[in-house]
Amino acid sequence: FELISDEGYRFDGRKPSELRRVRCNMGVFTQADGSAYIEQGNTKVLAAIYGPHEASNNMRSRVCLDKCFINCEFSQAMFSSAERKKRSRGDRKGKDMSAHIKQTFEAAVRTQLYPRSQIDIYLQVLHSDGSLYCACVNAATLALIDAGIAMKDYVCACSASLTKETSLIDINHVEELAGCAEFSAAIMPKLDQIIYSELNGRIHQDELGQLVDAVTNGCKDIFAVIDRFEVITDNTEIAVSPRSLHS
Amino acid sequence: MSNITIRLPSTRRTQNQYETGTSYLVTPGDVITEDTDYMRGHGTYCTGDADDKLYSSVAGVVERINKLICVRALKSRYTGEVGDIVVGRVKEVQQKRWKIETNSRLDSILQLSSVNLPGGELRRRSATDELNMRSYLNEGDLISAEVPQVNVDGILSLHTRSLRYGKLSQGCLVIVSPSLIKRRKNHIHNLSCGASIILANNGYIWIYTTQHSSQTEEGDGGFIISNESIPIEDREIICRLRNCIKCLAKRSVVLYDTSILYAYEASMSYKVKQLLDDEVCDEIVNKTIYLLQQANVGNSEY
Repeated sequence: FELISDEGYRFDGRKPSELRRVRCNMGVFTQADGSAYIEQGNTKVLAAIYGPHEASNNMRSRVCLDKCFINCEFSQAMFSSAERKKRSRGDRKGKDMSAHIKQTFEAAVRTQLYPRSQIDIYLQVLHSDGSLYCACVNAATLALIDAGIAMKDYVCACSASLTKETSLIDINHVEELAGCAEFSAAIMPKLDQIIYSELNGRIHQDELGQLVDAVTNGCKDIFAVIDRFEVITDNTEIAVSPRSLHS
Repeated sequence: MSNITIRLPSTRRTQNQYETGTSYLVTPGDVITEDTDYMRGHGTYCTGDADDKLYSSVAGVVERINKLICVRALKSRYTGEVGDIVVGRVKEVQQKRWKIETNSRLDSILQLSSVNLPGGELRRRSATDELNMRSYLNEGDLISAEVPQVNVDGILSLHTRSLRYGKLSQGCLVIVSPSLIKRRKNHIHNLSCGASIILANNGYIWIYTTQHSSQTEEGDGGFIISNESIPIEDREIICRLRNCIKCLAKRSVVLYDTSILYAYEASMSYKVKQLLDDEVCDEIVNKTIYLLQQANVGNSEY
């Protein structure tokens, strides 16, 4: 079956370079230092940040004297995908995902500011509909900003696929299943740096450039959405606090 | 049959409802200045490349003191300063010291030599004292203390060598963001409504009944732990204060004795449990802000 109709639309009615609707919310948990919830189309992810705090007892061996270490735990709810499946926390997919997210944020968080500490990133997928890694990274970025942890820049992630020489960005579950190559990347939009990229499947060398461009544009679009949201919440927060009024 | 409360529709708070004044907000990665003259403070960084731009690393307000530029995050963990009063929970009993959890980046340390032991100020700490550490402060106990020193890596040292500080017995702990506590000369208040309050700089607020019996102004240093039951009226006052503080914190109003007392007065027309409703909360906070503005007319502080 075809991923793009003759009229040039995808299954869910989007154009090839169109994102799904992004909705986000910060500060959803009171207990955590920072938290965020993001919806990218039907993919829904909750992120919670604890830290920087004293290393917990079972992670003493990972303590660094000159920087903090990041501990990431990814879990998927039993009801998140079409098949109801019980996933243990330490399964292979979850471990891979945690490792990738951890690497991504080690590049972006200014870890040397927090010696001997630990930052926990907990991610919970409530509804999975493709581009899981991207939604998780975007949620974690918002949560880290909410926690007031120093970062070089936002981290925005987006995925893309290639069909009939057209690149589709922000692919959903159906498009993932179609078996085309899937390319996802995380970038720091203001500094214009790619800090993570991953390619599943095979593409021709000449097509890579097109795919990278598509993903970069997608990430910048996501950044635009997130940043606008962020600024609005900041202002309301500020406005009611008399302390910041006279500062 | 439980009552069902239906909330009124509330207007979404938009940007122009409150004027932000002159505050200048940045998010991570924003360029604050391209001028190389400025010094970089907390919350900023430069890449060290050829471009000498100053970037922000947190989302918050830019503050400039002469040539120093800092960005203060909207919300963050407690960063201790010398002279602060903190409330913390004992996490671990170690040799000659306690580890105290104070909402800061690393656990704080309370040395055995910096606590008051019964029997005089100038008493040598013997091996028996070391063995009896658990009988004085055990895991899970709450204490109030002062910060005499901040170590190089950010670990706070605490001391309780004053009868004002020490173990906390009966009361209520409220946890708010540390940035909401206003820095003042005095952080321990006997409020006129009949309860006392410790507004610790780390955002832990301790509410307890005022001890009338203690002959000194200072307190008992936590040596006298009374477990006699507190009358219901006093408990109601404590609960009301707690709910008022929660309301103020929810709307990000700075917390100090005056703001809390105003909120307490504004809440008197409601029952204690009604204060948890969002509408009532809004009303109390608006009233408090109004009273604070009234009090500060002609005062440049607000």
